[in-house]
Amino acid sequence: MLIDSGSPRAMETVGISLTINGEVRTLEVAPWTTLLDLLRERLDLTGTKKGCDHGQCGACTVLVDGKRINSCLALAVMKDGATVTTIEGLTEAGTLHPLQAAFVEHDAFQCGYCTPGQICSAAGMIAEGHARSRDEIREAMSGNICRCGAYTNIVDAIEDVMQSGAAR
Amino acid sequence: MNRFDYVRAGTVAEALQAVAGGGRFIAGGTNLVDLMKYNVERPGRLVDITRLPLDAIEEHEGGLRLGALVTNATAAYDARIVARYPVLANAILAGASGQLRNAATTGGNLNQRTRCYYFYDEATPCNKREPGSGCPAIGGVNRIHAIFGASDACIATHPSDMCVALAALDAVVRVAGPGGERSIPFADYHRLPGDTPHIDTTLAPDEIVLSVDLPEQDAASHYTYLKLRDRLSYAFALVSVAAVLDLDGDTIRAGRFALGGVAHKPWRNPQAEASLRGKPATAETFEAAAAIVVAEAEPQSGNAFKVELARRAIVRGLSQAAAGTPQSISDKRIA
Repeated sequence: MLIDSGSPRAMETVGISLTINGEVRTLEVAPWTTLLDLLRERLDLTGTKKGCDHGQCGACTVLVDGKRINSCLALAVMKDGATVTTIEGLTEAGTLHPLQAAFVEHDAFQCGYCTPGQICSAAGMIAEGHARSRDEIREAMSGNICRCGAYTNIVDAIEDVMQSGAAR
Repeated sequence: MNRFDYVRAGTVAEALQAVAGGGRFIAGGTNLVDLMKYNVERPGRLVDITRLPLDAIEEHEGGLRLGALVTNATAAYDARIVARYPVLANAILAGASGQLRNAATTGGNLNQRTRCYYFYDEATPCNKREPGSGCPAIGGVNRIHAIFGASDACIATHPSDMCVALAALDAVVRVAGPGGERSIPFADYHRLPGDTPHIDTTLAPDEIVLSVDLPEQDAASHYTYLKLRDRLSYAFALVSVAAVLDLDGDTIRAGRFALGGVAHKPWRNPQAEASLRGKPATAETFEAAAAIVVAEAEPQSGNAFKVELARRAIVRGLSQAAAGTPQSISDKRIA
Protein backbone atom coordinates (compact mmCIF):
# COMPACT_ATOMS: atom_id res chain seq x y z
CA MET A 1 0.00 0.00 0.00
CA LEU A 2 1.48 3.30 -1.06
CA ILE A 3 0.64 6.19 1.21
CA ASP A 4 1.73 9.62 0.04
CA SER A 5 1.25 12.75 2.13
CA GLY A 6 1.52 15.00 -0.90
CA SER A 7 4.00 17.71 -1.71
CA PRO A 8 6.45 18.95 0.88
CA ARG A 9 5.78 22.12 2.83
CA ALA A 10 2.06 21.73 2.15
CA MET A 11 1.26 21.13 5.84
CA GLU A 12 -0.48 17.91 4.85
CA THR A 13 -1.31 15.57 7.68
CA VAL A 14 -1.55 11.80 7.65
CA GLY A 15 -4.21 9.80 9.44
CA ILE A 16 -2.87 7.20 11.85
CA SER A 17 -4.21 4.90 14.54
CA LEU A 18 -2.32 4.10 17.73
CA THR A 19 -3.30 2.06 20.76
CA ILE A 20 -1.93 4.11 23.62
CA ASN A 21 -2.13 2.68 27.13
CA GLY A 22 -4.96 0.43 26.01
CA GLU A 23 -6.99 3.11 24.27
CA VAL A 24 -7.31 3.27 20.48
CA ARG A 25 -6.56 6.78 19.25
CA THR A 26 -7.26 7.92 15.69
CA LEU A 27 -5.15 10.97 14.92
CA GLU A 28 -4.13 13.32 12.12
CA VAL A 29 -0.42 14.06 12.41
CA ALA A 30 2.08 16.10 10.47
CA PRO A 31 4.79 13.67 9.26
CA TRP A 32 7.53 15.52 11.14
CA THR A 33 5.86 15.02 14.54
CA THR A 34 7.86 12.75 16.80
CA LEU A 35 6.09 10.20 18.94
CA LEU A 36 7.41 12.08 21.98
CA ASP A 37 5.87 15.39 20.90
CA LEU A 38 2.61 13.68 20.00
CA LEU A 39 2.38 12.13 23.46
CA ARG A 40 3.29 15.28 25.36
CA GLU A 41 1.90 18.10 23.28
CA ARG A 42 -1.22 16.58 21.72
CA LEU A 43 -2.28 13.84 24.11
CA ASP A 44 -1.20 15.46 27.39
CA LEU A 45 0.74 12.36 28.41
CA THR A 46 3.51 14.36 30.01
CA GLY A 47 4.93 11.52 32.09
CA THR A 48 7.24 10.78 29.19
CA LYS A 49 10.02 13.35 29.41
CA LYS A 50 11.99 15.29 26.85
CA GLY A 51 15.59 15.40 27.99
CA CYS A 52 18.12 15.73 25.19
CA ASP A 53 15.65 15.13 22.30
CA HIS A 54 18.50 13.32 20.47
CA GLY A 55 18.37 9.75 21.74
CA GLN A 56 21.23 10.19 24.16
CA CYS A 57 19.55 10.37 27.57
CA GLY A 58 16.66 7.87 27.57
CA ALA A 59 14.18 10.15 29.39
CA CYS A 60 11.72 9.69 26.51
CA THR A 61 11.76 5.88 26.63
CA VAL A 62 8.38 4.24 25.95
CA LEU A 63 7.33 0.74 24.95
CA VAL A 64 6.19 0.33 21.33
CA ASP A 65 4.75 -3.11 20.62
CA GLY A 66 6.36 -4.14 23.88
CA LYS A 67 9.86 -2.97 22.98
CA ARG A 68 11.60 -0.01 24.59
CA ILE A 69 12.59 2.76 22.19
CA ASN A 70 13.51 6.45 22.29
CA SER A 71 10.25 8.20 21.41
CA CYS A 72 12.18 11.37 20.48
CA LEU A 73 13.71 9.61 17.46
CA ALA A 74 10.49 7.97 16.28
CA LEU A 75 8.21 9.72 13.81
CA ALA A 76 4.63 9.16 14.96
CA VAL A 77 3.41 8.61 11.40
CA MET A 78 5.74 5.62 11.05
CA LYS A 79 4.21 3.92 14.11
CA ASP A 80 0.73 3.76 12.54
CA GLY A 81 -1.00 0.66 13.93
CA ALA A 82 1.38 0.20 16.86
CA THR A 83 0.67 -0.31 20.54
CA VAL A 84 2.32 2.26 22.80
CA THR A 85 2.76 2.01 26.56
CA THR A 86 3.96 5.03 28.53
CA ILE A 87 4.70 5.43 32.23
CA GLU A 88 1.03 6.37 32.72
CA GLY A 89 0.03 3.00 31.24
CA LEU A 90 2.17 0.93 33.58
CA THR A 91 -0.05 1.80 36.52
CA GLU A 92 -3.12 -0.41 36.62
CA ALA A 93 -6.29 0.75 38.37
CA GLY A 94 -4.33 3.04 40.61
CA THR A 95 -1.87 0.35 41.67
CA LEU A 96 1.78 1.07 41.07
CA HIS A 97 3.68 -1.21 38.71
CA PRO A 98 6.19 -3.32 40.67
CA LEU A 99 9.03 -1.25 39.18
CA GLN A 100 7.36 1.98 40.26
CA ALA A 101 6.91 0.61 43.78
CA ALA A 102 10.51 -0.62 43.86
CA PHE A 103 11.87 2.77 42.74
CA VAL A 104 10.01 4.37 45.66
CA GLU A 105 11.12 1.64 48.06
CA HIS A 106 14.78 1.94 47.06
CA ASP A 107 14.82 5.74 46.72
CA ALA A 108 15.98 5.24 43.15
CA PHE A 109 15.89 8.90 42.13
CA GLN A 110 16.58 12.38 43.33
CA CYS A 111 14.99 14.95 41.00
CA GLY A 112 12.89 12.29 39.25
CA TYR A 113 13.11 13.67 35.73
CA CYS A 114 14.73 10.56 34.27
CA THR A 115 12.54 8.19 36.30
CA PRO A 116 9.68 7.52 33.84
CA GLY A 117 12.25 6.65 31.18
CA GLN A 118 14.25 4.55 33.62
CA ILE A 119 11.14 2.58 34.59
CA CYS A 120 9.88 2.07 31.03
CA SER A 121 13.39 1.04 30.00
CA ALA A 122 13.64 -1.40 32.90
CA ALA A 123 10.26 -2.89 32.01
CA GLY A 124 11.45 -3.41 28.45
CA MET A 125 14.79 -4.78 29.60
CA ILE A 126 13.15 -7.34 31.93
CA ALA A 127 10.85 -8.45 29.10
CA GLU A 128 13.88 -8.90 26.84
CA GLY A 129 15.22 -11.38 29.37
CA HIS A 130 18.94 -11.04 28.65
CA ALA A 131 20.19 -9.32 31.80
CA ARG A 132 20.68 -11.30 35.00
CA SER A 133 23.65 -9.99 36.98
CA ARG A 134 24.11 -6.45 38.26
CA ASP A 135 26.80 -5.87 35.62
CA GLU A 136 24.37 -6.98 32.95
CA ILE A 137 21.62 -4.72 34.30
CA ARG A 138 24.00 -1.75 34.29
CA GLU A 139 25.06 -2.48 30.72
CA ALA A 140 21.48 -3.01 29.53
CA MET A 141 20.35 0.23 31.19
CA SER A 142 23.21 2.36 29.83
CA GLY A 143 20.84 4.19 27.50
CA ASN A 144 19.23 5.90 30.51
CA ILE A 145 21.23 8.72 32.02
CA CYS A 146 20.60 9.93 35.60
CA ARG A 147 22.37 13.21 36.22
CA CYS A 148 21.58 13.02 39.93
CA GLY A 149 23.60 9.81 39.94
CA ALA A 150 21.04 7.51 41.53
CA TYR A 151 22.40 4.55 39.60
CA THR A 152 23.19 2.35 42.60
CA ASN A 153 19.63 2.52 43.88
CA ILE A 154 18.18 2.22 40.36
CA VAL A 155 20.04 -1.08 39.92
CA ASP A 156 18.90 -2.15 43.40
CA ALA A 157 15.27 -1.46 42.48
CA ILE A 158 15.45 -3.30 39.17
CA GLU A 159 17.31 -6.25 40.70
CA ASP A 160 14.71 -6.45 43.45
CA VAL A 161 11.87 -6.66 40.92
CA MET A 162 13.72 -9.21 38.79
CA GLN A 163 14.44 -11.42 41.78
CA SER A 164 10.85 -11.24 43.01
CA GLY A 165 9.51 -12.06 39.54
CA ALA A 166 6.93 -9.34 40.03
CA ALA A 167 7.31 -7.53 36.72
CA ARG A 168 4.62 -8.19 34.22
CA MET B 1 13.10 19.71 11.56
CA ASN B 2 12.27 20.61 7.98
CA ARG B 3 8.89 19.76 6.50
CA PHE B 4 8.84 16.88 4.07
CA ASP B 5 6.70 14.68 1.94
CA TYR B 6 6.03 11.33 3.61
CA VAL B 7 5.66 8.23 1.49
CA ARG B 8 5.04 4.76 2.89
CA ALA B 9 6.12 1.99 0.56
CA GLY B 10 4.80 -1.58 0.73
CA THR B 11 7.19 -3.23 -1.69
CA VAL B 12 10.79 -2.79 -2.82
CA ALA B 13 9.52 -1.70 -6.24
CA GLU B 14 7.33 0.99 -4.65
CA ALA B 15 10.22 2.14 -2.51
CA LEU B 16 12.57 2.46 -5.48
CA GLN B 17 9.95 4.31 -7.46
CA ALA B 18 9.21 6.67 -4.57
CA VAL B 19 12.88 7.60 -4.08
CA ALA B 20 13.64 7.95 -7.78
CA GLY B 21 12.78 11.64 -7.82
CA GLY B 22 14.94 12.38 -4.79
CA GLY B 23 14.42 11.66 -1.13
CA ARG B 24 15.69 9.39 1.57
CA PHE B 25 14.72 5.99 2.87
CA ILE B 26 13.87 5.80 6.56
CA ALA B 27 13.50 2.73 8.76
CA GLY B 28 14.74 2.89 12.40
CA GLY B 29 15.32 6.61 12.02
CA THR B 30 17.76 6.66 14.94
CA ASN B 31 20.38 8.54 12.94
CA LEU B 32 18.38 10.26 10.21
CA VAL B 33 15.76 11.84 12.52
CA ASP B 34 18.56 13.04 14.78
CA LEU B 35 20.39 14.62 11.84
CA MET B 36 17.15 16.23 10.66
CA LYS B 37 16.73 17.83 14.08
CA TYR B 38 20.16 19.42 13.61
CA ASN B 39 19.26 20.49 10.04
CA VAL B 40 22.23 18.46 8.81
CA GLU B 41 19.84 16.37 6.74
CA ARG B 42 16.93 18.17 5.08
CA PRO B 43 15.24 15.63 2.83
CA GLY B 44 12.29 16.90 0.81
CA ARG B 45 10.80 13.43 0.89
CA LEU B 46 11.04 10.52 3.32
CA VAL B 47 10.23 7.06 2.05
CA ASP B 48 9.18 4.82 4.96
CA ILE B 49 10.45 1.30 4.20
CA THR B 50 9.53 -0.33 7.52
CA ARG B 51 6.71 -2.30 5.86
CA LEU B 52 8.98 -3.96 3.28
CA PRO B 53 9.46 -7.74 3.64
CA LEU B 54 13.15 -7.44 4.53
CA ASP B 55 13.07 -8.35 8.22
CA ALA B 56 14.08 -12.03 8.17
CA ILE B 57 17.31 -13.86 9.02
CA GLU B 58 17.60 -16.81 6.66
CA GLU B 59 20.01 -19.61 5.79
CA HIS B 60 21.92 -18.67 2.65
CA GLU B 61 24.59 -20.73 0.89
CA GLY B 62 25.88 -22.21 4.12
CA GLY B 63 25.89 -18.79 5.78
CA LEU B 64 23.19 -16.40 6.90
CA ARG B 65 21.29 -13.64 5.12
CA LEU B 66 20.29 -10.68 7.32
CA GLY B 67 17.44 -8.69 5.85
CA ALA B 68 18.07 -4.95 5.77
CA LEU B 69 15.26 -4.34 8.27
CA VAL B 70 16.46 -6.85 10.88
CA THR B 71 16.94 -4.75 13.99
CA ASN B 72 20.25 -4.64 15.83
CA ALA B 73 18.60 -6.33 18.84
CA THR B 74 17.09 -9.12 16.76
CA ALA B 75 20.43 -9.82 15.08
CA ALA B 76 22.47 -9.68 18.29
CA TYR B 77 20.29 -12.21 20.10
CA ASP B 78 19.52 -14.51 17.15
CA ALA B 79 20.60 -18.01 18.20
CA ARG B 80 22.20 -18.73 14.80
CA ILE B 81 24.25 -15.54 14.87
CA VAL B 82 25.29 -16.10 18.48
CA ALA B 83 26.37 -19.67 17.66
CA ARG B 84 28.05 -19.10 14.29
CA TYR B 85 29.05 -15.42 14.18
CA PRO B 86 29.46 -14.40 17.83
CA VAL B 87 31.88 -11.61 16.88
CA LEU B 88 28.96 -9.93 15.11
CA ALA B 89 26.63 -10.35 18.08
CA ASN B 90 29.25 -8.90 20.41
CA ALA B 91 30.02 -5.97 18.13
CA ILE B 92 26.34 -5.05 17.89
CA LEU B 93 25.90 -5.23 21.67
CA ALA B 94 28.97 -3.03 22.15
CA GLY B 95 27.20 -0.24 20.30
CA ALA B 96 24.42 2.20 21.17
CA SER B 97 21.84 1.41 23.86
CA GLY B 98 19.06 -1.12 24.36
CA GLN B 99 16.49 1.40 23.12
CA LEU B 100 18.45 2.28 20.00
CA ARG B 101 19.23 -1.35 19.16
CA ASN B 102 15.49 -2.12 19.27
CA ALA B 103 14.87 0.49 16.56
CA ALA B 104 18.06 0.61 14.49
CA THR B 105 18.28 -1.69 11.47
CA THR B 106 20.99 -3.57 9.62
CA GLY B 107 20.71 -1.40 6.52
CA GLY B 108 20.64 1.76 8.58
CA ASN B 109 23.72 0.75 10.51
CA LEU B 110 25.67 0.54 7.27
CA ASN B 111 24.38 3.90 6.07
CA GLN B 112 24.70 5.92 9.29
CA ARG B 113 26.73 9.10 9.06
CA THR B 114 29.85 10.12 10.93
CA ARG B 115 29.59 11.62 14.42
CA CYS B 116 32.25 14.27 13.66
CA TYR B 117 31.34 17.33 15.74
CA TYR B 118 31.79 19.67 12.79
CA PHE B 119 29.57 17.57 10.54
CA TYR B 120 26.83 17.87 13.17
CA ASP B 121 27.21 21.63 13.63
CA GLU B 122 25.68 23.51 10.71
CA ALA B 123 27.32 26.74 11.94
CA THR B 124 30.74 25.40 10.90
CA PRO B 125 32.11 24.46 7.47
CA CYS B 126 32.23 20.76 6.62
CA ASN B 127 33.11 19.18 3.29
CA LYS B 128 30.93 16.19 4.07
CA ARG B 129 27.87 18.32 4.82
CA GLU B 130 28.60 21.21 2.42
CA PRO B 131 31.10 20.12 -0.26
CA GLY B 132 33.87 22.64 -0.79
CA SER B 133 33.29 24.54 2.44
CA GLY B 134 36.38 23.19 4.23
CA CYS B 135 37.29 20.93 7.11
CA PRO B 136 37.74 22.63 10.50
CA ALA B 137 38.50 19.25 12.10
CA ILE B 138 41.91 19.38 10.44
CA GLY B 139 43.93 21.37 12.95
CA GLY B 140 40.85 21.69 15.13
CA VAL B 141 39.35 19.41 17.76
CA ASN B 142 40.10 16.01 16.28
CA ARG B 143 40.58 13.61 19.14
CA ILE B 144 37.96 11.19 17.73
CA HIS B 145 39.05 11.43 14.11
CA ALA B 146 40.80 9.18 11.61
CA ILE B 147 44.40 8.03 11.65
CA PHE B 148 44.14 5.93 8.49
CA GLY B 149 42.98 6.75 4.96
CA ALA B 150 41.93 10.36 5.60
CA SER B 151 42.31 13.16 3.05
CA ASP B 152 42.90 16.90 2.98
CA ALA B 153 39.14 17.26 2.62
CA CYS B 154 37.89 15.05 5.46
CA ILE B 155 39.21 13.17 8.48
CA ALA B 156 35.89 11.78 9.71
CA THR B 157 35.43 8.20 10.91
CA HIS B 158 32.64 5.71 10.34
CA PRO B 159 31.06 5.24 13.77
CA SER B 160 29.67 1.70 13.50
CA ASP B 161 30.65 -1.27 15.65
CA MET B 162 28.53 -3.73 13.68
CA CYS B 163 30.27 -2.85 10.43
CA VAL B 164 33.69 -3.58 11.92
CA ALA B 165 32.61 -7.16 12.57
CA LEU B 166 30.93 -7.41 9.16
CA ALA B 167 34.20 -6.32 7.56
CA ALA B 168 36.16 -8.98 9.45
CA LEU B 169 33.57 -11.57 8.41
CA ASP B 170 33.88 -10.68 4.70
CA ALA B 171 30.14 -10.00 4.49
CA VAL B 172 28.46 -9.08 1.21
CA VAL B 173 25.89 -6.31 0.82
CA ARG B 174 23.05 -7.10 -1.57
CA VAL B 175 21.36 -4.03 -3.04
CA ALA B 176 18.61 -3.29 -5.56
CA GLY B 177 18.20 -0.34 -7.89
CA PRO B 178 16.42 0.62 -11.09
CA GLY B 179 18.81 -1.64 -13.01
CA GLY B 180 18.21 -4.69 -10.84
CA GLU B 181 20.15 -6.31 -8.02
CA ARG B 182 23.89 -6.37 -7.37
CA SER B 183 26.23 -7.56 -4.63
CA ILE B 184 28.95 -5.41 -3.07
CA PRO B 185 31.81 -6.98 -1.08
CA PHE B 186 31.85 -5.35 2.35
CA ALA B 187 35.33 -3.90 1.84
CA ASP B 188 33.99 -1.97 -1.18
CA TYR B 189 30.77 -0.74 0.44
CA HIS B 190 32.19 2.15 2.46
CA ARG B 191 34.49 4.65 0.76
CA LEU B 192 37.54 6.61 1.77
CA PRO B 193 36.80 10.35 1.73
CA GLY B 194 39.23 11.47 -0.98
CA ASP B 195 38.00 14.73 -2.48
CA THR B 196 34.33 13.66 -2.32
CA PRO B 197 33.75 13.10 1.41
CA HIS B 198 30.04 13.84 1.06
CA ILE B 199 29.71 10.36 -0.48
CA ASP B 200 29.99 7.74 2.28
CA THR B 201 29.30 4.54 0.37
CA THR B 202 29.18 2.98 -3.09
CA LEU B 203 25.40 2.61 -2.76
CA ALA B 204 23.79 4.89 -5.35
CA PRO B 205 21.11 7.34 -4.14
CA ASP B 206 18.47 5.41 -6.09
CA GLU B 207 19.51 2.03 -4.66
CA ILE B 208 18.29 0.25 -1.53
CA VAL B 209 20.02 -2.29 0.70
CA LEU B 210 18.18 -5.64 0.63
CA SER B 211 20.38 -7.76 2.87
CA VAL B 212 23.79 -8.35 4.36
CA ASP B 213 25.01 -11.87 3.62
CA LEU B 214 27.42 -13.66 5.94
CA PRO B 215 29.54 -16.27 4.15
CA GLU B 216 29.98 -19.77 5.51
CA GLN B 217 33.00 -19.95 7.78
CA ASP B 218 34.23 -21.16 11.12
CA ALA B 219 34.21 -17.89 13.02
CA ALA B 220 32.71 -19.23 16.21
CA SER B 221 35.49 -20.28 18.53
CA HIS B 222 38.37 -17.82 18.21
CA TYR B 223 37.12 -14.28 18.03
CA THR B 224 36.76 -11.07 19.95
CA TYR B 225 35.28 -7.61 19.65
CA LEU B 226 37.38 -5.29 21.77
CA LYS B 227 36.05 -1.74 22.04
CA LEU B 228 38.00 1.05 23.74
CA ARG B 229 36.13 4.26 24.54
CA ASP B 230 35.88 7.17 26.95
CA ARG B 231 33.19 5.57 29.12
CA LEU B 232 32.38 1.92 29.63
CA SER B 233 29.09 1.80 27.78
CA TYR B 234 27.01 3.81 25.33
CA ALA B 235 29.92 5.67 23.71
CA PHE B 236 31.53 5.49 20.29
CA ALA B 237 34.82 3.67 19.88
CA LEU B 238 38.09 5.53 20.00
CA VAL B 239 39.57 2.29 18.69
CA SER B 240 37.90 -1.08 18.29
CA VAL B 241 39.07 -4.41 16.92
CA ALA B 242 37.04 -7.27 15.48
CA ALA B 243 39.25 -10.33 15.17
CA VAL B 244 38.60 -13.84 13.89
CA LEU B 245 41.26 -16.56 13.88
CA ASP B 246 41.25 -19.99 12.25
CA LEU B 247 43.67 -22.07 14.31
CA ASP B 248 45.28 -25.48 13.80
CA GLY B 249 46.47 -26.17 17.31
CA ASP B 250 48.68 -23.19 18.10
CA THR B 251 49.29 -22.37 14.45
CA ILE B 252 47.26 -19.73 12.62
CA ARG B 253 45.75 -21.08 9.41
CA ALA B 254 44.19 -17.70 8.65
CA GLY B 255 43.30 -14.58 10.56
CA ARG B 256 41.20 -11.54 9.76
CA PHE B 257 40.80 -8.36 11.75
CA ALA B 258 39.25 -4.96 11.21
CA LEU B 259 39.56 -1.74 13.20
CA GLY B 260 36.78 0.70 14.08
CA GLY B 261 37.00 4.36 15.07
CA VAL B 262 40.15 4.98 13.05
CA ALA B 263 39.05 5.57 9.45
CA HIS B 264 36.22 6.57 7.11
CA LYS B 265 35.44 2.85 6.86
CA PRO B 266 36.18 -0.31 8.84
CA TRP B 267 39.95 -0.53 8.44
CA ARG B 268 41.61 -3.72 7.25
CA ASN B 269 45.20 -4.29 6.23
CA PRO B 270 45.60 -7.32 3.92
CA GLN B 271 49.37 -7.39 4.40
CA ALA B 272 49.03 -7.55 8.18
CA GLU B 273 46.43 -10.30 7.94
CA ALA B 274 48.64 -12.26 5.52
CA SER B 275 51.51 -11.99 8.01
CA LEU B 276 49.53 -14.12 10.46
CA ARG B 277 49.23 -17.09 8.12
CA GLY B 278 51.19 -20.17 9.21
CA LYS B 279 52.62 -18.41 12.26
CA PRO B 280 52.32 -19.48 15.89
CA ALA B 281 49.55 -17.69 17.78
CA THR B 282 51.92 -15.77 20.02
CA ALA B 283 52.29 -12.18 21.16
CA GLU B 284 55.31 -11.82 18.85
CA THR B 285 53.21 -12.74 15.82
CA PHE B 286 50.47 -10.33 16.84
CA GLU B 287 52.91 -7.50 17.56
CA ALA B 288 54.42 -7.93 14.10
CA ALA B 289 50.97 -7.73 12.50
CA ALA B 290 50.07 -4.66 14.56
CA ALA B 291 53.33 -2.98 13.53
CA ILE B 292 52.43 -3.43 9.86
CA VAL B 293 49.07 -1.74 10.45
CA VAL B 294 50.23 1.25 12.49
CA ALA B 295 53.19 1.91 10.18
CA GLU B 296 50.63 3.52 7.84
CA ALA B 297 49.04 5.70 10.52
CA GLU B 298 48.86 9.45 9.89
CA PRO B 299 47.52 10.97 13.10
CA GLN B 300 46.01 14.43 13.42
CA SER B 301 47.04 17.17 15.86
CA GLY B 302 44.86 15.76 18.65
CA ASN B 303 44.80 12.01 18.20
CA ALA B 304 48.35 10.67 18.10
CA PHE B 305 47.36 8.57 21.12
CA LYS B 306 45.21 6.47 18.81
CA VAL B 307 48.26 5.05 17.05
CA GLU B 308 49.59 3.40 20.18
CA LEU B 309 46.05 2.56 21.31
CA ALA B 310 45.40 0.82 17.99
CA ARG B 311 48.69 -1.08 18.17
CA ARG B 312 47.94 -2.38 21.64
CA ALA B 313 44.28 -3.08 20.81
CA ILE B 314 45.31 -5.24 17.85
CA VAL B 315 47.70 -7.28 19.98
CA ARG B 316 45.16 -7.59 22.77
CA GLY B 317 42.31 -8.44 20.40
CA LEU B 318 44.24 -11.12 18.53
CA SER B 319 45.47 -12.54 21.86
CA GLN B 320 41.90 -12.72 23.16
CA ALA B 321 40.79 -14.42 19.95
CA ALA B 322 43.63 -16.96 20.09
CA ALA B 323 42.92 -17.76 23.73
CA GLY B 324 39.20 -18.18 23.10
CA THR B 325 38.49 -15.49 25.72
CA PRO B 326 36.43 -12.87 23.88
CA GLN B 327 35.87 -9.53 25.56
CA SER B 328 32.77 -9.63 27.76
CA ILE B 329 30.06 -7.10 26.96
CA SER B 330 29.04 -6.55 30.58
CA ASP B 331 32.30 -7.23 32.47
CA LYS B 332 34.50 -4.39 31.26
CA ARG B 333 37.76 -5.71 32.64
CA ILE B 334 40.12 -6.44 29.76
CA ALA B 335 40.42 -10.21 29.52
